[in-house]
Amino acid sequence: MLLDYANVLIFMGIGTFFIVFNLTLGSLFRPNNPSPEKLSTYECGEEPVGPSWIQFNVRFYVVALDFIIFDVEVVLLYPWAVVAKQFGWYGFGAMMVFVGILLIGLAFAWKKGTLEWVRPKVEQFRDVIARPISQTAA
Amino acid sequence: MGAIEGRFSDNVIITSLDYFINWARLSALWPMTFGLACCAIEMMATGASRYDWDRFGMIPRATPRQSDLMIVAGTVTLKMSSRVKKLYDQMAEPRYVIAMGCCATSGGPYWQHGYHVLKGVDRVIPVDVYVPGCPPRPESLLAGVMKLQEKIRHQTIAKVL
Amino acid sequence: MTPQEIFDNLQAEFGDGIIDFTEKVDTWIRVSLEAIASVCHYLRNEPGHDFESLMCLSGVDYEDHLTVVYHLGSYAKKHKIALKVEVGRDEPKVPTVEAVWRVANWHEREAYDMFGIVFEGHSDLRRILCPDDWEGWPLRKDYKVQEYYRGIKVEV
Repeated sequence: MLLDYANVLIFMGIGTFFIVFNLTLGSLFRPNNPSPEKLSTYECGEEPVGPSWIQFNVRFYVVALDFIIFDVEVVLLYPWAVVAKQFGWYGFGAMMVFVGILLIGLAFAWKKGTLEWVRPKVEQFRDVIARPISQTAA
Repeated sequence: MGAIEGRFSDNVIITSLDYFINWARLSALWPMTFGLACCAIEMMATGASRYDWDRFGMIPRATPRQSDLMIVAGTVTLKMSSRVKKLYDQMAEPRYVIAMGCCATSGGPYWQHGYHVLKGVDRVIPVDVYVPGCPPRPESLLAGVMKLQEKIRHQTIAKVL
Repeated sequence: MTPQEIFDNLQAEFGDGIIDFTEKVDTWIRVSLEAIASVCHYLRNEPGHDFESLMCLSGVDYEDHLTVVYHLGSYAKKHKIALKVEVGRDEPKVPTVEAVWRVANWHEREAYDMFGIVFEGHSDLRRILCPDDWEGWPLRKDYKVQEYYRGIKVEV
């Protein structure tokens, strides 16, 4: 059985070698002429205004987090579903305890309003949208 | 070009490498379509199904970072010329420019009275191929692309004495 | 309402602010510089006239003076009229009608950009088509284009 892992090692080795080989070959043949204009931030041809790193709304993170939690829950449900018949009512009860704990979490998130994409308060966006054009570079 | 260009003089390995590299570059010219005016419509027609530039390997990319060809399609005004220059600077080498249509070549129909028209985009960026026409038909643009491919085919990484 | 009736109403209201009335395909009424803002306000708000749309505001260069032309239209009453205001070439200043029709914001910026007509009371008078550092008023008859713009040769 241990010898089967040798297959995995060879597979990983070939994969790593492939990547390294191609990147090295590319670096030998591609032009490399950095200049300050070339490295400047892209803003559709205009002079960049403000930093490139902007503060984005936290709801993207919250939605991603919610998704991950319930996705992992589903992943854990699959192996149980395969052997559920074997474990009968006891197995069912144990899994329902697990699902129940996560349902409490879902109820909390729902009540808190994290599942709503459109939030009622939009006052904080006014400064970003209504900046006069005269303040940008010509 | 990194470590290889300009180091070795012409020999069979270099010429074979040249052939291969040039073939790779001309077969996948990704244009940053710079459709400014009416020539943009003909450029879209070239990209559509009847004239199809995808069979040349050209996939339009909106950003200068991922494109190697800039097709300046349309009239360039003086206000726009600083943006054209900036976007050309932001393209990664190897980069090529096609001036499509008479306006990009030399100011076009606005050459005499257009006070705000740039008389030819080659006043701000270096141009490889000029495609005349007002607007040039898709076949003309494709001929221009093929001319550029000819030009790329003759490039070399050998040491130029 | 026929243009004659509009002219008569305006004359009754504004007296010598209204100069004259020319009957052509697009009939126009010449208005004096001081009266134009209140005339526009009257034409928009007075029931019966209801010119709720400023269709176009443009500048014209007649050799010895500049003119601002206002084309007003009414969807409700289905009539239209043109107004003309004459102003000198040296320091052209015209009261703004931005408060009456918001669209005049851009039209007046264009008239400023092309002719140099300054609209008093305009909230944001700056060039709209040419770049901010352009020299000269392009649509004037005596305009000579500058030779170089930011290092680029302009003429062929």
